Amino acid sequence: MSGLIIDDVSMTFELPGGGKVEALKNINLNIKEGELMSVLGPSGCGKSTLLNILAGFLAPTAGEMSLSGENITGPSPKRGMVFQHGALFEWMNVTKNIGFGPKMKGVPQAEINQKVEELLDIVGLQDFGEKMIYEMSGGMQQRVALARCLANEPDVILMDEPLGALDALTREKMQSLVLDIWKKTGKTIILITHSVEEALLLGERLLVMAPRPGRVHKEYNLPFAELGVGQDLREVKRHPDFGKRRDEILSMIWDMEEEIMGRTESA
Amino acid sequence: MWFEVIDALFTAFWMVIGITVIFGLFVAFSLLISLIYRAYDASKDKARGYSSLKTVTFGDESSVVANRAASVGAVLSIFLIWCIATGSSLIPTILPPPFTGDTQFEYTARNAAGEEDTATVYVRVHSSDNKSPEKPTNAAEGAGFAKDDVLLIPERRSKIVKVQDNDEGGKEDGYEVVAINGQPVLRENVYPYADGEILVTKRGSLSVRPSTGRTMEALYLPPPEKVWSTFVDLNKNGYQGVGLWENVFWSLFRVVIGFALGCLFGIPLGFAIGLNSWLRGWFDPIVEVMRPVPPLALIPLVIIWFGIGEQGKISLLFLAALWIMIIAARAGVSGVSISKVHAAYSLGASKSQLLTKVILPNSLPEIFTGARVAMGVCWGTVVAAELVAAEKGAGKMIIAASKFQLTDIVIIGIIIIGVIGLGIDVLMRMVENKLVPWKGKG
Ligand SMILES: Nc1ncnc2c1ncn2[C@@H]1O[C@H](COP(=O)(O)OP(=O)(O)O)[C@@H](O)[C@H]1O
Ligand SMILES: [Mg+2]
Repeated sequence: MSGLIIDDVSMTFELPGGGKVEALKNINLNIKEGELMSVLGPSGCGKSTLLNILAGFLAPTAGEMSLSGENITGPSPKRGMVFQHGALFEWMNVTKNIGFGPKMKGVPQAEINQKVEELLDIVGLQDFGEKMIYEMSGGMQQRVALARCLANEPDVILMDEPLGALDALTREKMQSLVLDIWKKTGKTIILITHSVEEALLLGERLLVMAPRPGRVHKEYNLPFAELGVGQDLREVKRHPDFGKRRDEILSMIWDMEEEIMGRTESA
Repeated sequence: MWFEVIDALFTAFWMVIGITVIFGLFVAFSLLISLIYRAYDASKDKARGYSSLKTVTFGDESSVVANRAASVGAVLSIFLIWCIATGSSLIPTILPPPFTGDTQFEYTARNAAGEEDTATVYVRVHSSDNKSPEKPTNAAEGAGFAKDDVLLIPERRSKIVKVQDNDEGGKEDGYEVVAINGQPVLRENVYPYADGEILVTKRGSLSVRPSTGRTMEALYLPPPEKVWSTFVDLNKNGYQGVGLWENVFWSLFRVVIGFALGCLFGIPLGFAIGLNSWLRGWFDPIVEVMRPVPPLALIPLVIIWFGIGEQGKISLLFLAALWIMIIAARAGVSGVSISKVHAAYSLGASKSQLLTKVILPNSLPEIFTGARVAMGVCWGTVVAAELVAAEKGAGKMIIAASKFQLTDIVIIGIIIIGVIGLGIDVLMRMVENKLVPWKGKG
C-alpha cells in the first residue's frame, strides 16, 4: 500500500459564464515510492490541475487518491510543492525560508539550524544563508525553493515547471541538482515540464498527457534519469535512444497541438 | 447665475494666459540655464567616452531620473526671481523701487483778485516699516498769499494736499491752482513731477502720488531678507505668545496621535475585511461611502460634535487615516499570491500560522504605501482644520497672521508646512526601506 495511488480521478471546472471544462478525466496512476516521474503535455491538458489535486489544494470532482494508504483530503507537509516562481517569502532571509516548515512544526531551533546548513550545502548555497530573497537570481531562488521543500522531509515532491523560468545554462545545472537530490534522498518526485528533453532526463517514467478532456495519453519507462545521476547530462543526451525518443515525443505533441488548433479553428 | 458662470469662465481664460506667461518665463529660464549646464557637462562627457552616446528610451521610467543640477538651479532661480520681484537688498537693484525720501514741487495759485503767487509743497515719503515718521520741518511761511505746505506719505501710497487750506483767500470763489512747477494745469488731469505724478482733483486739490516703482509690495510678497528676519524673530519670540516650534509641535502631535489611532483601528479592521466575507459585506458600504469624502468636508460636523478642542482635531485625523489604512490593509491581505498560501500550507502551516507568518508580513508593503498616503493626508488635514479652529498649530499661526496681513509669517508658515510634509514623507520612506526592503522587488 505504499506509494501514491490515483484512483479514477476527474476534475471538471464549472465556468462562471456557464459551460464546463473537463480538466482531468478518469486518471488512474500508481506511483511507486522513490519514483521519479515527469509529466509532459500541451498547455491546458491539466498538468497543473493534477498536481494541485495531489497537493491537496483542489478537491477532485470524482475519484480518490492516497499516499501510503492514507487518503488525500487537503494539503499536508508530506507532499511538498515547488512552484514555477518559487513562491518564496520575501520578508525572510534564505535561512528562515528554508527553515519555515520545521519551524511551523515546532522543531527546536538548533535542529532547524543544523538542517538548514545541510540543505544549503546540498543545493550549493553555502554562503547565502543571510541573503534576502530579492537579492538572489532566479536560479538561486529555485534552489532555495527546493531546499525549503526538502527541509520538511516530504514523502513526495511535486514540482510545477520549476525550471521553466530559468535560462538554459542555469536550467542544466538545476536538472543535475534535481537528479542528485532524487538519488540522495530517494524521494518520490513528480515534475511537470514543458521541455521534452527535460522530461526525458528527469523521468524514470514519463507521462504524456492530452487535453480535452485531460487524460494520460502515453507512458514511457526510461533509462536516462538513472544514467544521468552524477553524470554530465550532455553526455546522456548523446545516447542514441535519447534522440529517437525525443523526436517521437515531439511529433506526438506536435500532432496534439495541431489537433487543438484545428478544433479551435473549426469551433 | 449664467452671468456668473460666464464671468468665471472669463477669469479662467485670463488665468490660462497669465499662467502660461509665468510658466513660459520659468521654462525659458530653465532652458537658458540648461544650455549653460550642457556646455559644462559636455566638456566632462568627453572624458567619459561612450556614456555620452547613451540614448533615452522613452517610456522606460528608469531612464529619466531627476537631474539634481536642474533641481538646484530651479530653487536658486525661484529665489532669484523672488529677490528681483521684491527689490531685495540681497541683490543689486534691477526693477525700480518705489520712491522714498524727501521731494518737493511748486504750485502757482491765482486768487479771487486775479493775483498769482507760488508756494512749495515739501513731500516726505517714508518707508512702510517706519511706524512714527516725522513731518518735514522746512515749511517756511512763504511770502504772498500762497503758503508752503508739508506732506507726509507712506511709501507706494498717495495723499491729497489741500493747498488752499492755508492759503490766504483759499476758500474764496475764484481761487485756483493754475500751474505746477511752472507748467499750467487743469482740474482732473495728471501731471508728472520729479518723483512721481500729481492729479489735480475735481475740486481743485492736489493728489500727490510718489512713484510706486516696479517691485512688489511687501504686503503681497515681502523680500527674502524680511522673511528671514521675521523667521529669526519668530524663532525667538513666537507669534501671539506661542513659539513657532510650539505651533509646529502641536500640528505634528495631532497628526501622530490621529494617524496612530487610524492605524490602530484601521489595520486590524482592514485585515478582518480582507479575510472574512461577512465582515467585508458588513463594512463595505461604510468604507466605500466614507472613502471618497475628503476629510475637510468632515470639519463642520466634527466641530459641531466635538467643538474646537483637541478631541475634534484628533477625531478628524483619525477619520482621515482610518479609511486609507483600512483599504491598504484590505488590499494587502487580499493581494497575497495564491502560490504563497499554497506553499505555506504544504509546508505544514496551520491557519493561524498562515495568517501571522505569511499573510500579515506579505501585506506590509501595501500597508506602508497606505501609511505614507495617510500621513500626507493627515498633515494637510491638520493644517486645514487649524485654519478653521484652533488655539495653536501651524495652520492657526498662518490664519492669525493673515488677519493682520503679516505676509511674511504666512509665507514662513507655508514653507515650514511644506518642508515638514516633505520631511514626513522622506522619513516614512526611510522606515519603509528599513522594514520592507523587498517592496517593489518581487
Ligand atoms: N480554477 C479554474 N477554473 C476554471 N478552469 C480552470 C481552472 N484551473 C484550470 N482550468 C482549466 O483547466 C484546464 C487545465 O488547466 P491546467 O491544469 O492549468 O493546464 P496545464 O497546467 O497543463 O497547462 C485548462 O483548460 C484551464 O483553462
Ligand atoms: Mg500549468
